[in-house]
Amino acid sequence: MSQSLNRLKESASQTAGPYVHIGLTPNFAEITGVYSEDLGTRMVNDKTKGERITVKGRVLDGTGTPLRDALIEIWQADADGLYNSPSEMRGTADPNFTGWGRCPTDMDTGEFRFETIKPGRLPFKDGRPMAPHITFWVVARGINIGLHTRMYFSDEEKANGEDPILGRIEHKVRVPTLIAKRDGNTYTFDIHLQGENETVFFDI
Amino acid sequence: MSSISNLKPETGAFFQRDREWHPAAFTPGYKTSVLRSPQKALLSLDNTLSEITGPVFGHNILGELDADLIHNFAKPGESAIGPRIIVYGRVVDERGKGVSGALLEFWQANAGGRYRHKKEGYLAALDPNFGGCGRAITDEEGNYAFRTIQPGPYPWPNGVNDWRPAHIHFSVFGHGFAQRLITQMYFEGDPMIWQCPIVKTINDPAAINGLTAALDREATIPMDSRAYKFDIVLRGRRSTMFENRMEGN
Repeated sequence: MSQSLNRLKESASQTAGPYVHIGLTPNFAEITGVYSEDLGTRMVNDKTKGERITVKGRVLDGTGTPLRDALIEIWQADADGLYNSPSEMRGTADPNFTGWGRCPTDMDTGEFRFETIKPGRLPFKDGRPMAPHITFWVVARGINIGLHTRMYFSDEEKANGEDPILGRIEHKVRVPTLIAKRDGNTYTFDIHLQGENETVFFDI
Repeated sequence: MSSISNLKPETGAFFQRDREWHPAAFTPGYKTSVLRSPQKALLSLDNTLSEITGPVFGHNILGELDADLIHNFAKPGESAIGPRIIVYGRVVDERGKGVSGALLEFWQANAGGRYRHKKEGYLAALDPNFGGCGRAITDEEGNYAFRTIQPGPYPWPNGVNDWRPAHIHFSVFGHGFAQRLITQMYFEGDPMIWQCPIVKTINDPAAINGLTAALDREATIPMDSRAYKFDIVLRGRRSTMFENRMEGN
C-alpha cells in the first residue's frame, strides 16, 4: 500500500443540447430583460490595438449540412501576442481587448461571425514562436464533449510553416483544415466535424 | 474582465483529460451524435499558453437577480410556478482546490418540462414568469448558489418514447480555456436517469453519480425551498516547480 493521491475526477461532460442559447445567449434566444446583453458579443472597442478582421464560417456535419444550433467560443491573444488572463505572466494585455468571444450559429444559415483583431505571435513551451492563431471551442446538440481546434491565417504562410503545433500533424494533407482563407479583411473558417475534410481537433 | 483574487495565479498545464471517463464523441444510442462526431483521432497536445490562459469574469457583470431564476424573468410581484429549490455547491479542481471567480451559467426547462425557445414544440405550457437562464460567479473558496424551480422531465425525438430526466444545464469557466466544460445536473432518486440515452453516453456509473445532485435537508429552508448540493470538479493543473527554466533558455 502507498499513500493516496487524493485526486478527484473531473465532472463528466454532457452535450450542450439544442437550447444552449437559453443559457449562454439568452437575448439571441429572445429571452430579453434578464441580461443587458449577451456575453462575448463584443471583443473590441474603438481603442483596441491591432488590425480589425472578421472571422466567419460554418460548422458542418458528416453529410455537409451546416449546424444551425451550434455555439462557438474563441480565445485569442491581443495584437502583441498577450492574453487577457490572470495567468498571463509575460506582460499586460491590451485592456481594450477581451480576447474571448462567443457566437451561436445562425438559426437559418448556420453562419457564425466574430469582429476581432488579428492576434500576435506568442511562444510555444520551448520558446519557438507559434504562428498567429485563434483557439476555437465548439458545442452543440449531438456533441458530447466540446471540441477544441485552432484557426490559423492563410496570409501567414511563413509563420505557419514553422509553427510547432502544425508541425505535429502527421498527415500534412490535414493541415489546410486549420487555415482560414483571407478575402479582404474577412477570414472564412469552416469546421468539418466528420468525413473527408474533417477538421483536426485537439485533446489539449 | 478582471481578477478577483489576490492569490498568485497558477500557470501550470492542466492534467490530461480522462476520455474514458467523459462520454465518447460517437455514441449511437444518442442519435444526433452519429453525424456530429469526429472519426479521426484527436491530436494530443501538452498545454501551451493558449490553453493555460483563459478569460476570467468579474462580479461586476452580474445583475441583482442573475442567480434567482424564480424572479429574474417574472413580472413585478410575481414568481415562477413549480417546486422552489436552491442549488448550491463548490467548484473545485481535481486537486480539491476551490476555484475562485469561476463563471457558472445555467439553463433549464420550466416545471412542466417546457423550454423557452422558438425551436421547441413540446405541448406543455410556457410559464409567463419563467425564462430559464441564470448565472453566478464563485467566491474565494469556490462556492456558488442559485435559486430556481425544479425542472420537469421532457420528451424528445430520439427513440419513440425517450424522456430526459429532470436536469439543469451548466456551463463552467475555470482559470484556463482548457478547463472549459458544459455538463448537466440530475436530481437524486430520479428513475429516469438510468434510462436516458444522453446520460448513457457516459460509461462509468461513478461519473453519472458525480452529475447527480444530492437533496440536502440541512440546507433546506423551512416553509420556503428545498436544497440540492451539486459540486463541480474541473481539471487540476501541474505545479510549475520545475518548469520555470527551459534547458538552453
